[in-house]
Amino acid sequence: MKVELIHIHKHFGAVHANNDINLTVESGKIQGILGENGAGKSTLMKILSGYIQADSGEIRLDGTPVKINSPSDAIRLGIGMLHQDPLDFPPMRVVDNLLIGHDGGLFPNRGEVVRAFSELQSRFGFNIDPYAYVDTLTVGERQQLEILRLLWLGARVLILDEPTTGISASQKEKLFETLRKLAAQGMSVIFVSHKLEDVEFLCDRIAVFRKGELVGQVDPPYVTDELVQMMFGRAISLEEKQRYETCDVSFHLDHVTIEDYRLQIRDINLTISCGEVIGLAGMEGSGQVQFLRTCAGLIRPVAGEINLGGRRLTGKPYRAFLEAGIAYVPASRLEEGLIPGLSLTEHFILAEEQNGFFINFDKALATTRQRIEDFNIKGTPVSTVESLSGGNQQRALLAMLRQPVNLLLLEHPTRGLDIESAIWIWGKLKERCKQGTSIIFTSADLEEILQYSDRILVFYGGKVSPPLDAESTTVEQLGQLIGGKGF
Amino acid sequence: MTTMKTSSRWSGIGFQALAVLLALAFTTIVMLISGADPLQVYQNILTGAVGSPVKIADILVAWTPLLLATAGLLLTFTAGLWNIGIEGQITLGAIFTTWALRVLQPTDLPPALIITIGFIAGALGGMFWAGLVALLKIFGNVNEIFGGLGLNFVATALTIWLIFGPWKRPGVGSMSGTEPFPLELWLPTLQGFRLSPLSLAMGIIAIVIVYILLRGTYFGLRLKAVGRNGRAAFLMGIPTTRYMLMAFLLCGLMAGLAGATQVLAVYHRLIPSISSGYGFLGMMVAMLVNYQALWAAPVALFFAALNIGSIQLPIVLKLDSSLSGVLQGSLVLFVLLMDGVRRRLTRS
Repeated sequence: MKVELIHIHKHFGAVHANNDINLTVESGKIQGILGENGAGKSTLMKILSGYIQADSGEIRLDGTPVKINSPSDAIRLGIGMLHQDPLDFPPMRVVDNLLIGHDGGLFPNRGEVVRAFSELQSRFGFNIDPYAYVDTLTVGERQQLEILRLLWLGARVLILDEPTTGISASQKEKLFETLRKLAAQGMSVIFVSHKLEDVEFLCDRIAVFRKGELVGQVDPPYVTDELVQMMFGRAISLEEKQRYETCDVSFHLDHVTIEDYRLQIRDINLTISCGEVIGLAGMEGSGQVQFLRTCAGLIRPVAGEINLGGRRLTGKPYRAFLEAGIAYVPASRLEEGLIPGLSLTEHFILAEEQNGFFINFDKALATTRQRIEDFNIKGTPVSTVESLSGGNQQRALLAMLRQPVNLLLLEHPTRGLDIESAIWIWGKLKERCKQGTSIIFTSADLEEILQYSDRILVFYGGKVSPPLDAESTTVEQLGQLIGGKGF
Repeated sequence: MTTMKTSSRWSGIGFQALAVLLALAFTTIVMLISGADPLQVYQNILTGAVGSPVKIADILVAWTPLLLATAGLLLTFTAGLWNIGIEGQITLGAIFTTWALRVLQPTDLPPALIITIGFIAGALGGMFWAGLVALLKIFGNVNEIFGGLGLNFVATALTIWLIFGPWKRPGVGSMSGTEPFPLELWLPTLQGFRLSPLSLAMGIIAIVIVYILLRGTYFGLRLKAVGRNGRAAFLMGIPTTRYMLMAFLLCGLMAGLAGATQVLAVYHRLIPSISSGYGFLGMMVAMLVNYQALWAAPVALFFAALNIGSIQLPIVLKLDSSLSGVLQGSLVLFVLLMDGVRRRLTRS
């Protein structure tokens, strides 16, 4: 089925997530969509699959304009989306997962479903037991199940969002083979990824997104450097950096290995000096968050030693890390950082050391006023945090940090902020660095990483690069590494 | 809410008033269906509640355990916990109090001391049962609703077993409960009334303490933080499990005292339904006042009045006294419903 997206616009507040996107996917083709996080590729795919609606623009399927108001509309029209995290029901059987979302009356016909399922499986050489429980399947098998489910529901356009994350090499091969078969049968496949290698290997055509715009389309043969250039824009000039030398409270990671259900990060060795800033680059889900949370004491490494200024923190609870002066600022401000329903004053009281049994509200109000002024927060002491804008929530989070902090761990410190706020926040952070605070931060913005870090670690599918010196690294080199080339 | 605009506060009150009217209308329909004259019924509830000084005093007798239960529940609700197990906690309080009294009765300790020990035992009983719910939740990953529900049944079974087994009346056990305690172990009441000023004072002190805790202390604020966003509270360094445990234990303590009051001041023995449903009623009060301690006392008083007022319905009008429950329940439902409607209307 031919898919046409015409003049698609989508705003999220001040962010123009999709700016006049025009994209045509011919039937029988595999269309690659490449771009860094926040480039607008997921937004466009969500619009096409009915999860969100465009502000303006038109979608045509085989030349007919359509309105897609919900995911069920999309699947009825033949558009199926495969999410990065499988949207299945783990404690249920495979066959029941198929039945969910299928209009089949009150009493579904299981036998028929199993027959149809087996037939589809044999077509693609999959081998999933229809009576197995979904939580016994591997990530790759769950993905196969999801593809089969979408096909069975009548999908003729298949959207895959970062499908090669967390599956084995052989499963990837099988996935690619399947996608090629589907394309050969006249289906349109839209393959969203940040992995240069995969996109180059598989796709008939690649559309590159950057900052909400479709920068351009490329046909094979592909030139990696050209793609990287399109993804990240031109190189930028970097400001002069100051050097901070070693000190006695430096943070050490010694042969640390981290594991979670999806990836394993092996043997990390790192020493961070006082006042040093380490940027973590890489696509989201490549292990940066696990790394940060290990440094924060929220994830226990399976091997290795962590210590701060000679104090051994390995295996200690989160509170011990806090007391050692390690602070963690999560990316999801309202989910993990702040408490909706409580006011700014109440937040600052919570962040302070307890002083007696009763709260001195007059004093708390005075401190809050001071913090609001110091951190330029647009809000009043009684404003609830959810009533603040994202930038002001971020400022509030930073204002809540205790003094002094030895190591500050920041997840996307400026995500969703306007440039002015971002610069302001980095000004505050650099002030702390001068006082000896070390910073480790993640960001999807390469310019931010290059500009503010002293050293950079690049993550790719659980692998970590050796620390790169930020001054002698270019956007292109970084881009290649992020795309998995050079590991 | 300090940030609420005046206009939305007035519309809030408007919706609340509408909710009360709807609840009254619904209850009236129920009365009509059961063939009663609504006006007569309301009048009877009114005279039944405030028709004489004795009846007014009875309202206060019912108010005491309800206040205690509500006060405790405000703490657990603040911590984001649904302490359904409060009924069992009241029951265990009553069992422990009865136990203490039975053990100490033959000794020659002064009655005042025995009564005091009875209260302490009741408090411990409630804390024990609440602590079990907390441990199940924290270490066993059992949701407090299921844990509490299960323990409620265990508590009821335990009561029945005690009444018909080890603690049965001389001769034969009966549903009327254990052997009543001698008069000197009764909590002193006002002359000619069933009201004990001491237990009433305890109820009032409990709600005042909870009000102060939630309003002006670090403990209350942290509890609120844990309830509203446990994850963020943990990341801020608040020991969330400890706070949850404390909320449970404090609620259990107050529930246990409510149970002790039922034994020491009201029934003077252990009876099968010793909690009299005050735990669940307390949940309704807490929900109705949107978990604000300030309003809990008057609303609890109103609910207690409804309970007392409907006692004479079976005698006078041949109606079941559970009619007050219909009114209380529909009141909570409609208030929550109207709150939802208001949010929906003002969201855009």
